Amino acid sequence: MAYTVPKLKDFSPTALDKASEKLAAALAKEAAEVQTESDWKSFRDRWMARKNGVLTLVNDLWLKAAPKENKRDIGQRVNQIKQQVEQTVDNRLAHVQGAASASRLSAERLDVTLPGNRRPLGAEHPVIKTMNEIVSVFRNLGYSIAEGPVIETDYYNFEALNFPPNHPARDTQDTLFVATQESKPLRDRLLLRTHTSPVQIRTMEKMKPPLRIVVPGKVHRNDPLDASHSPMFHQIEGLAVDTNITLGDLKGTLDHAMKALFGSSVKTSFRPSFFPFTEPSAELLVSCFICGGSGKRDLEPCRPCKQTGWIEILGCGMVDPNVFEFVKGNGYDPRKISGFAFGMGVDRLAILKYGVDDIQLFFQGDVRFLEQFV
Amino acid sequence: MQLSPQWIREFVAIPADDKRLAEDLTAAGIAVESINGSGENAVFEMEIGTNRPDAMNHYGVAREASAIYDVALKPIDAKLPDARGNADFAIEIAEPDLCPRFTARVLRSIRIKPSPERVARRLGLLDQRPINNAVDATNYTLWEMGKPTHAFDLDLLEGGKIVVRRAQEGETLKTLDGIERNLTPEDLVVADARRPVALAGIMGGFDTMITEKTRNILIESAWWDPATIRKGSRRYGLHTDASHRFERGADFESTVLSCDRVAELILESGGGELQGGVIDVVAKRLDLAPIALRVSEVHRILGASLDAREIYRILSKLGFDVMPERGGDADFTVRIPSWRLDVEREIDLIEEIARLYGYDKFANTLPAFAGAVIERPDAQRDAKLRSSLLGLGYNEAVSLTFISHEDAEQFSDSPVIELANPISEEASIMRTSMVPGMLNMLAYNLNRGIDNVRLFEAGQVFQAVDRGASELRQISLGATGSATPPSWNQPSRPISFFDLKGDVENLLRAFECNALCYDAHTSECYHPGRSARAVMDGVCVAQFGQIHPDVAAKRKLRQDVFIGEFYLDRLYQHGLRSVRYEALPRYPAVERDFSFIFSDSVIFEKIQQAVGALGLRELRSFVPVEIFRGGNVPAGKYSILLRATFQSGERTLREDEVADWSAKIVKALNTLGGSQRA
Repeated sequence: MAYTVPKLKDFSPTALDKASEKLAAALAKEAAEVQTESDWKSFRDRWMARKNGVLTLVNDLWLKAAPKENKRDIGQRVNQIKQQVEQTVDNRLAHVQGAASASRLSAERLDVTLPGNRRPLGAEHPVIKTMNEIVSVFRNLGYSIAEGPVIETDYYNFEALNFPPNHPARDTQDTLFVATQESKPLRDRLLLRTHTSPVQIRTMEKMKPPLRIVVPGKVHRNDPLDASHSPMFHQIEGLAVDTNITLGDLKGTLDHAMKALFGSSVKTSFRPSFFPFTEPSAELLVSCFICGGSGKRDLEPCRPCKQTGWIEILGCGMVDPNVFEFVKGNGYDPRKISGFAFGMGVDRLAILKYGVDDIQLFFQGDVRFLEQFV
Repeated sequence: MQLSPQWIREFVAIPADDKRLAEDLTAAGIAVESINGSGENAVFEMEIGTNRPDAMNHYGVAREASAIYDVALKPIDAKLPDARGNADFAIEIAEPDLCPRFTARVLRSIRIKPSPERVARRLGLLDQRPINNAVDATNYTLWEMGKPTHAFDLDLLEGGKIVVRRAQEGETLKTLDGIERNLTPEDLVVADARRPVALAGIMGGFDTMITEKTRNILIESAWWDPATIRKGSRRYGLHTDASHRFERGADFESTVLSCDRVAELILESGGGELQGGVIDVVAKRLDLAPIALRVSEVHRILGASLDAREIYRILSKLGFDVMPERGGDADFTVRIPSWRLDVEREIDLIEEIARLYGYDKFANTLPAFAGAVIERPDAQRDAKLRSSLLGLGYNEAVSLTFISHEDAEQFSDSPVIELANPISEEASIMRTSMVPGMLNMLAYNLNRGIDNVRLFEAGQVFQAVDRGASELRQISLGATGSATPPSWNQPSRPISFFDLKGDVENLLRAFECNALCYDAHTSECYHPGRSARAVMDGVCVAQFGQIHPDVAAKRKLRQDVFIGEFYLDRLYQHGLRSVRYEALPRYPAVERDFSFIFSDSVIFEKIQQAVGALGLRELRSFVPVEIFRGGNVPAGKYSILLRATFQSGERTLREDEVADWSAKIVKALNTLGGSQRA
């Protein structure tokens, strides 16, 4: 038997309590029966419709019919009932919709283990990436980036770097020369720079000390392409000049840079070497970051360090006073200032870092190779 | 270069085993790359810098060891029998600058035969083929003390004299390797009274060499001008153990000792006798200037407080004569030993001190720096383009900078930079275009069955200007295959011109400009109907599109390939767009569609311009939504659905004003020759 709103005769609190309880019980009972969205709509209309809805009837039969002295009390009760009804109707809607969506969601289920539609991302080239990493380490130490031409003159590539004409050290550079230069004086003849070191001179000509630069760039040598040689590769040159730069500063700077690049546990060691444009000259070795300096990897000999536990990383040294003589006019008096320089082959570092076994892979554009570096 | 540690130990008592010795030498800059064999057969594989010819022999390395371990170095001395009579042989030096010293000895009644076991074994250890006792004696001396010498068959030298002179035009010399060489006045020769008998400092002559028949010998030990030897050696492509040392500078004071040492070794094994004393002609003295050394300068460069006693000890052990100075600027005056031609300046001494002290003993320090990082002007633009390209799915590639003549001609009109000594014919020109390299990389992938490729390369192209070279920075793009990667739930579609154009638009959008338009005036390597130039404020900043089918066919590219080139020198005339926030619209936008048929000659740019010319302030965008050809659209015409979006920042638009603007648009399109479809 459906609930109907009774007409009240007795407006005493006890009678009102009783009527309210009956109404609440009916609300709860009918709410529990609401299962579908259409159930809910009838439920809502029955209780809240403006015409003949339960609330309207309560308003008419209870509040309006009440004697004046009871109006205040009844008014409060009717408000409570109204809130109760609205809340129950809202709750039932949420319940009904939840139930409906559970089945819908189940129907919409996907096999989430299928592969996604991937918009491809481009991969950074391992050599350029390595180059940027190295540059950023030095940037953080206050080094600016400097650049210079790939096609250089003999003067910048050799003479001003203290490779005098006919010096045997020139032979070690395997230079690629530009054709038809014979009519020019030797120092003006064009060649493909064999190192990024010429930019030392070019920068010192333009900027006064103090100076801190790194020079990333392409260099060329007369080496046919094979698994371990390339006629084109990348170098980063570094130069620091100031009033009191020492060998200790060179060592400290590079030790810091190597730890930033290869991890704080690597050790560095410097051994004497020879470059015409630095003196004293050194070669920097880093404890092998692949075998941790043990020379062994899973009991196998470590190839990158040839089992020595050390890897040669770069050449460096204190700038030779003869080099400063070429730019002396711009504030580089070797009696007053000093500096250090270093140069490293980026491709070789990338080879070591990523375990690449063939340098040609860097220059073929094979996407199977490149995409590994995404 | 190989040296025997056992031989080194003959001159110095080394308190370390071979492995330790190798490490200690390496740490002092005399690099031992590896040790082969062991015990008395151990051989050090050495890597000695070009500036250290003095260490390219056993005695020189022994000297280094004596300084490293602070132990005594035994002198080399030659024990010679008493001589008979006078040497009676004339040495004339016509070129005193090129041959300041020539030392010789005459040996008589020698028996030429194989060397004694001790000599042969030592030379064999160093991979030197033993020849006979006289030749081996010169070789042994070279490896022992680093001084090249030569032995002539005295009886084959004519006129009883040696003349050191330049060769004359037309003279020839058959060198020891059996090759007849035509000499020029650039060559320095050792001649007898009649003809050249040796290419000075490089190689002896065939006709005067020691043979089994030789009885009498002239030993030569000279000092040659390094530059002259180097030029000669390069001219003839003759790189010998002798030239290697002479061109780096031999020991001026060792000519007599080396001559005596060769004589001693020959006489020991070949009997015979010494005729007369040493003939030592010094045409010009080679004096090495002493160097003033300041301890303060040592500290300024090395940054460590090495004490003066340590400096003194190191230099003395290396053979430098170190004399303390009182008062004045310098703390020491250092006399340079004759074998150290590489030491000329104070900094050279500082290096000697540093390397023997040990680089690793200097404390690591970081220098303070008051300067600031100066940004490269292009840094931001480079970074922007690179990150956009990576985001758009292009892989970063690097290709070689060389191209062939043929590619240079096909892909650019620029004057080329050609190499004098290229790696190969195909790599003889510095690239004038990045396109051939990009096409090669695309082809490389396609030839390996990789069909979907997107690459970009940032680099430079080169061209000849006046008498120099210019380098222009460019970025190239390459794309082929599907526009989206193959997927199980959506069909793939091949990359089209408009995919590439979209990427180009995205990249160019980063730059500030007044007007950006596209036209079809591309270069010949592009498909004439499917390529475009991007023109920014009147300057072409990029070209892109499908590669010309002929070019594709020639390179055997088996699918459509798209290429783009950005000319950064021109593009970077524009700064990056600086972003200013624009208030979001508060009033609704209204869209109106227009369906028109146009003749093919009416390109979209004209439609855009015609509508733009109306100057409708509230027209926010005017875009094509659909384009259709064929079907009931007559040939030579196309149907286009255009969508206008109107919006005001100040109010909600009224129906009548939108209708008014739409009518204006229709009228403008009609004027272009378009007919509106129902």
